[in-house]
Amino acid sequence: MLFAVVSLTLLGTVFGLLLGVAARYLKVEGNPLVAELEQLLPGSQCGQCGFPGCTGAAQALADGSAPLTLCPPGGRAVVQALAAKLGVEADLSGVEEKGPMIAEIKEEICIGCTRCFKVCPTDAIMGAAQQIHVVFREACTACGKCEEVCPTESAKLQPVPVTLQSWYWNKPQGAAS
Amino acid sequence: MNPIAHSPHAHAPVSIGKVMATVLLALTPATLFGFWLYGWPAVNLWAVALIAAIVGEALVVHLQGRKVRPVIMDGSGILTAWLLALSLPPYAPWWIAVLGSLFAVVIGKQVFGGLGQNVFNPAMAARVMLLISFPLEMTTWVAPSQAPGLLESLRITFFSQPIDGMASASLLGHVKTEFTRGIGLDQALTGYYAPMDMLWGSRAGSLGETAAVLLLIGGLFLIARRIITWHAPFAMLLGVAVPALLFNAIDANHYAGPMVHLLSGGLMLGAFFIVTDPVTSPNTALGQFIFGLSCGLLTWIIRTWGGYPEGVAFAVLLMNAATPIIDQYVKPRIYGRDRKGVALPANKG
Amino acid sequence: MKLFDLRGGVHPEGRKDLSAERHIRILPLPKKLYVPLQQHIGAPAIPVVNVGDKVLKGQLIATAQGAVSAPVHAPTSGTIVALGDHVAPHPSGLPVPTITLGSDGEDKWVPTETVEAPFALRAEEVAARVAAAGIVGLGGATFPSALKLNLSRNSGVQTLIMNGGECEPYLTCDDRIMRERAVGIVEGIRLIAHAVDAKEILVGIEDNKPEAIAAMQAAAGNSEVKVVAMPSMYPMGSEKQIIQVLTGMEIPAGGRPADIGVLVHNVATAYAVQQAIRYGKPLISRIVTLSGGAIRTACNVEALIGTPVQELIAFADGYAQPAARLVLGGPMMGQQFTNTNVPVVKGTSGVLALMASEIGQAEASPCIRCSTCVRACPVGLLPLEMAAHIRSADLTGAVGLGLKDCIACGSCSYVCPAHIPLVHYFNYAKGDLAAQERSKLKQEATKKLADARNERLARIERERAEAAAKRKAAREAKERAAKEAAEKAEAV
Repeated sequence: MLFAVVSLTLLGTVFGLLLGVAARYLKVEGNPLVAELEQLLPGSQCGQCGFPGCTGAAQALADGSAPLTLCPPGGRAVVQALAAKLGVEADLSGVEEKGPMIAEIKEEICIGCTRCFKVCPTDAIMGAAQQIHVVFREACTACGKCEEVCPTESAKLQPVPVTLQSWYWNKPQGAAS
Repeated sequence: MNPIAHSPHAHAPVSIGKVMATVLLALTPATLFGFWLYGWPAVNLWAVALIAAIVGEALVVHLQGRKVRPVIMDGSGILTAWLLALSLPPYAPWWIAVLGSLFAVVIGKQVFGGLGQNVFNPAMAARVMLLISFPLEMTTWVAPSQAPGLLESLRITFFSQPIDGMASASLLGHVKTEFTRGIGLDQALTGYYAPMDMLWGSRAGSLGETAAVLLLIGGLFLIARRIITWHAPFAMLLGVAVPALLFNAIDANHYAGPMVHLLSGGLMLGAFFIVTDPVTSPNTALGQFIFGLSCGLLTWIIRTWGGYPEGVAFAVLLMNAATPIIDQYVKPRIYGRDRKGVALPANKG
Repeated sequence: MKLFDLRGGVHPEGRKDLSAERHIRILPLPKKLYVPLQQHIGAPAIPVVNVGDKVLKGQLIATAQGAVSAPVHAPTSGTIVALGDHVAPHPSGLPVPTITLGSDGEDKWVPTETVEAPFALRAEEVAARVAAAGIVGLGGATFPSALKLNLSRNSGVQTLIMNGGECEPYLTCDDRIMRERAVGIVEGIRLIAHAVDAKEILVGIEDNKPEAIAAMQAAAGNSEVKVVAMPSMYPMGSEKQIIQVLTGMEIPAGGRPADIGVLVHNVATAYAVQQAIRYGKPLISRIVTLSGGAIRTACNVEALIGTPVQELIAFADGYAQPAARLVLGGPMMGQQFTNTNVPVVKGTSGVLALMASEIGQAEASPCIRCSTCVRACPVGLLPLEMAAHIRSADLTGAVGLGLKDCIACGSCSYVCPAHIPLVHYFNYAKGDLAAQERSKLKQEATKKLADARNERLARIERERAEAAAKRKAAREAKERAAKEAAEKAEAV
């Protein structure tokens, strides 16, 4: 009895020490994951997630302190890419509740101040001083920065209009399958 | 809800309820024969099993906060209880039926998530549970001699009146017992094995498992109605008959022949009504064939070398566990691709 | 001729007798026609007319845009009333760019060129004329026909298969056109064969249309056109399936019929080709089946492209009973619509008003894994497994099971005893995957833009700093020089 207790305690102590030593000397410096996650994020540094730019968001994702769904402009595609990289299940229920958005500039009230043009992280706004600005839909990530700086509330995020090309069937509802 | 319905805008006149009703219809001849053969106790037992299943399932579904009516009306719980009742000794006490039915629909089915979600055949799971937990009650058979009256039958079913006078043994049980006493097959079978009685089912056994011909007719009816396909049943019979034939040829005194195996125990019921259970069997024709063949082989192995005289239930449960892996590896070839899923080469003939 | 087996398939109730025995009638000229710019697969056509323009019947009103497209012609003579949005013949019911034409009642043709010896035309010329006539696949896929001719000729097609399967229940438009216009169809077939230099011509017709088979055989005579009766089974008229049944070959996954030396066209397309080549008439009308239990007089009509569907229904004496569902196309793959102002387009094969009893749909119940769908699938998929994956949001898993090989024929949904909307799941998944693909592409593009901008800002900053440093250096040098000069002066 005593022999068993002593030997097991000894074994436990030795292995515990080994683990502790290994943790100290074989530590991975930095986290390569952060860079990989940052690659997946839109990179527009819009700050909608509440972190300082995409690097900060990637850091938080790697720590596990932020949900996968933190990136509104990225939409479901980013959530799924992140889930695949981190090897976790993506909870898509909270994503895209408001649907994909896009910035639009109301031509009637645009004064051509170029403020939006200057803050746009993807150069999606075209225009010059005293001229009406236009948004390139293909380049807009709906980060909302133009909306923030626009003095006349001309730049606004709008839901992306559904067209015949983008429409598709909804998921069947109701009884179990 | 999207008011626009997706195609197709036509539907075959089929439903789960109709499928289950057809299976019940196919079971009816063998069941009625069981009633006639064993008398009122069999009727009592069958009714108790059905009522327990319906009440038990309704209660559980209600507790889950789901609608009770559609679940009961799809008929799957009734079918499960019916199949279980057919596999019970006809003079078993009422609580055997109640316990078995509740186990089947609650543990065997609803715990997994309800219809279509269970891994194991609920009726067979319940039968095995009963067999292991209550070996005495589950192996007390009666010879179909004089059927008791209604009053006496109530005593048998509900007050466990001893039935010593009529006690008998099933063929497979008898053979196994005789083997342990060192008695060979030729002697053991004498007076026990009458091929015509076996065929018609006039012998000791479970409530509805003995009428081989009627079960066969029911099965063929289901095949004709395209409710089941021939693959699994045929393969299961093959899986029992082939090794039986081989070993019987090697040593007739130790290994029973294919006819003894095919007509005894729960094989016919199992082949046409249990291994064809869609929920717990593979998806593809080839998968079903493999499944049935394995069930048959395991049945024969358990009957021949196992501790229990009958092996259908165990074999089915074992193969139920293997169903996902069969489905994983046996898939149909997709149009325009080879078996591995690689696109066929272009060929400008 | 030896036929090959179709895998799976179903036998839906035909109901073709409702409309099969009546002659094709010409629909009276509607007052207004709504001609969508996109009635084909590919890029929408670009209008070449303005509001107020007077046009003649058959005049080009929108021209093809890019490689995959088809032009649109005025279905009758009249005035262009509007260039704007009109409800699309599509389940979404979204508005699409449409040319609205007010008919002047004269139905006056543009001058057309009649070709006496169409077989003297070069193959390229035939294809060019088919393209100019705006002909697309009339079986429902609406792929621009000329493009198919060119692709096939370039890849050396051996076998031309003419699809007279018409396996969809209710529809009899191909049946009727084969019975009544077999001579024109056969000439069209031979023109198509001429355009692609095909060695073998097979016309596959389901054996539930004996009159059509007889008419086509009589018209084909001793020519190289071979009429083949095929067993009636759905989806026999699907391109992949008719090739399999007639030749025993399969189109490689992700490929085209030309990959195995086959070209498939619909019989009605052949008629349109003949009209275009011989008489110079563009595609401005088509045969449409009006049927369903709720329609009073089921029949086939020749309707101008752009005719609002309500005019067709009125022509069939309206509803005998309230319709539970209105469908464009056949019941197996057709699309439900609610607005009867939707126009007939080039791909509209039928207008059905169905009663609830004909649809036979019930609330979905749990899957019992009966695998009836597996037996019914003509492609060899596992519909139940795919639907289960999609239901639990595992679209990638569904793709792994062959989602992209699904032809959406609806056989699985048709036979499912649990009434699970299997095809709906698959089309949802396909749409969702396509949307994900689009947003992924967009995200990659915007990421590049963002990087480019950051780089540019950094460069500007750097250049500014460099410029400032240079200025500072220059100023310092100047000051130093001044100082030195002063020192020198002092020293002197």
